[in-house]
Amino acid sequence: MATTPIPLEVRNITKRFGDTDVLKGLSLEAHKGDVITLIGASGSGKSTFLRCMNLLEQPDAGDLVVHGETIRFKNTAKGRAPADWKQVVRMRARLAMVFQGFNLWAHMTVLENIIEAPIHVLGKPKKEAIEHAEALLERVGLSHRANAYPAQISGGQQQRGAIARALAMDPEVMLFDEPTSALDPELVGDVLKVMHGLADEGRTMVVVTHEMGFARDVSSQVIYLHEGLVEEAGKPADVLKNPQSPRLKQFLAPKY
Amino acid sequence: MQALLDWLDGLLANNSIFTLQTLSFYGEGLTTTVQLVFLSLIIGLIMAVPLAIGRSSRHGLIKWPIFAYTYVFRGTPLLVQLYLIYYGVVFVEGVQESWLWPLIKDPFMPALVAFTLNTAAYTTEIFRGAIKATPKGEIEAARAYGMSPTLALRRIVLPSAFRRALPAYGNEVIFMLHASAIASVVTLMDLTGAARFVYARFYAPFDAFLFVAAIYLCLTFAILYFFRFLEKKLLAHLKPMT
Amino acid sequence: MLDLQGYGPRLLEGAGVTVSLAVLSLTLAVVLGLVTATAKMSGNVVAHRLATLYTTLIRGVPDLVLMMLLFFGGQIGVNALTDWLYDATGVDIFININEFVAGVVTIGLIFGAYMGETFRGAFMAVDHGQIEAGKAYGMSSRLVFWRIRFPQMMRHALPGLSNNWMVLLKTTALVSVIGLSDMVRIAAEASKATREPFTFMMVVAIVYLLIASVSEWIFARLQKRYSIGYGEMD
Repeated sequence: MATTPIPLEVRNITKRFGDTDVLKGLSLEAHKGDVITLIGASGSGKSTFLRCMNLLEQPDAGDLVVHGETIRFKNTAKGRAPADWKQVVRMRARLAMVFQGFNLWAHMTVLENIIEAPIHVLGKPKKEAIEHAEALLERVGLSHRANAYPAQISGGQQQRGAIARALAMDPEVMLFDEPTSALDPELVGDVLKVMHGLADEGRTMVVVTHEMGFARDVSSQVIYLHEGLVEEAGKPADVLKNPQSPRLKQFLAPKY
Repeated sequence: MQALLDWLDGLLANNSIFTLQTLSFYGEGLTTTVQLVFLSLIIGLIMAVPLAIGRSSRHGLIKWPIFAYTYVFRGTPLLVQLYLIYYGVVFVEGVQESWLWPLIKDPFMPALVAFTLNTAAYTTEIFRGAIKATPKGEIEAARAYGMSPTLALRRIVLPSAFRRALPAYGNEVIFMLHASAIASVVTLMDLTGAARFVYARFYAPFDAFLFVAAIYLCLTFAILYFFRFLEKKLLAHLKPMT
Repeated sequence: MLDLQGYGPRLLEGAGVTVSLAVLSLTLAVVLGLVTATAKMSGNVVAHRLATLYTTLIRGVPDLVLMMLLFFGGQIGVNALTDWLYDATGVDIFININEFVAGVVTIGLIFGAYMGETFRGAFMAVDHGQIEAGKAYGMSSRLVFWRIRFPQMMRHALPGLSNNWMVLLKTTALVSVIGLSDMVRIAAEASKATREPFTFMMVVAIVYLLIASVSEWIFARLQKRYSIGYGEMD
């Protein structure tokens, strides 16, 4: 029986910044429909881990398999680098990232932001891209701001626009890098609602977050990182309700 | 139309300096100034784009020669550059006897070359600053969405850098208009050249120079308003809606 | 080796003219700039309008045109004034406008307008609480100006000041056109006489770059001095 390839597989990733080992051998397997949340204190390496998954950071060692295709690396004077940039472009188009700081392109309207990569990276016809974008804007509740520039809308609206931009790539896996951390508290809810909806329709997602409620209610797997290593991982019901490691217990303890 | 001409005739009849003849000098001077400034700005702009990209490169062999060029041309007076190029051509051995002479004895070409090299140097640095100011996150997003470096440069970095550079470039255009006055020093009949001619002929400095100052003032304001209009259109995205 | 064909000493003299012209013009420009900035910030409508007119006119007209207007027109203006004085009082004086003075006045007048904008921005950047604190301790407004506002303003003004100085230095080359023997004029003469423009213009270009480099160093030192209490230079 033919099996569909696993969307994203990461094996034994390590990463050093200067003298510090930030990632000390991390692995992860995202099957179709998985929602994996990465939690941990700042400096635990969770964001770096996520950024290694689409090679915004170059891992020093370890394997990356996207849709059954192993990314090839070569050794250069400055360390390890991808051997085939065409392959990287192909894999990045399959993994869409949503950033903490939104990173919408400031000189384009929300709609232009959404159709930019589908047209110029995926080679979609413009008309089709616009139709798709309009449907996505509807879905994230931003149709009325389609022609606004990023600076003209709120952070929550920008982040929902950024999620629409990610969805426009028809990605196999969506990577979220602390998508609500830069938002005012009252704007967090709308963004989480959109993410919740995506999980419900079976999207494969890897989410770095501080929102424990989201981790508990939505994810299929929670991974707690500490100093570049997996300290504890498993179903949210186990990891969050019944933590084993003292560090995780302390991490989850109410702050006030 | 005839009435207008009659009125103009009457006006001119009453003064000895601003005759139709001197006005036509100013007219020709205006044409020369506009041609010179416009051409040098256009060519300089076309040169500055690749130069600014090279100047932002990480490769020393590309970066440093461009830096040396902009440093020298921004660090020395335009007049010196003009003299160097003008006399440099005029005094080449045998050039005055050659068939090329009729083509190059006109000071327009050396002036155009000097002005172009000068404005290209300034514009390169303006663009480099604008490229450097591109928010890091926007470039990262471009990479994350599978854009190659060239595509990201073409679609994200340059379009936003050009918009950011607009106010500084507007100043550069005004600067070039004003700097072009020194073309008259190498006997070019530009606006200032016309004013100097009228001054020398009638020994009337106030009439000659105040008139030309007024023309420059109008041109400056026209450029200023043009760039304000452009900024309003192209920089709308940077202004938060309140 | 570099052969200046006997023009060396004159070029050096010309460099002296360039530097002294630049320094004197800068001094005049700073004074005019401070006056303009004060006028623009004062509540006085007339002073504000006059200062705005001055900066707008100066910034809308080429340096060279202003220079010729002042130099060629200035002589006629002064003559008219002395003639009138003779008719009115019988006192007969003749004032010859000297190229150097005309150069200093024109360049000072031009850059006074630019300095005005620089100083105005810098004064506005000084925290108002600083001034209030001065007043609260019984300082007169004069004392507040010289002891509090001026030193703090300088920190904000220095980058603009340094920029204006670099432009001013290059603008001094224009005085060669009205007949002042700065180094550009001497180099131009030498170029024509020897038919070796590259030698002389290159020397002049290098001297300009040298002066610019030295001034950059001085301004960096000044910036450090005026940034006391602000940690690293910002």
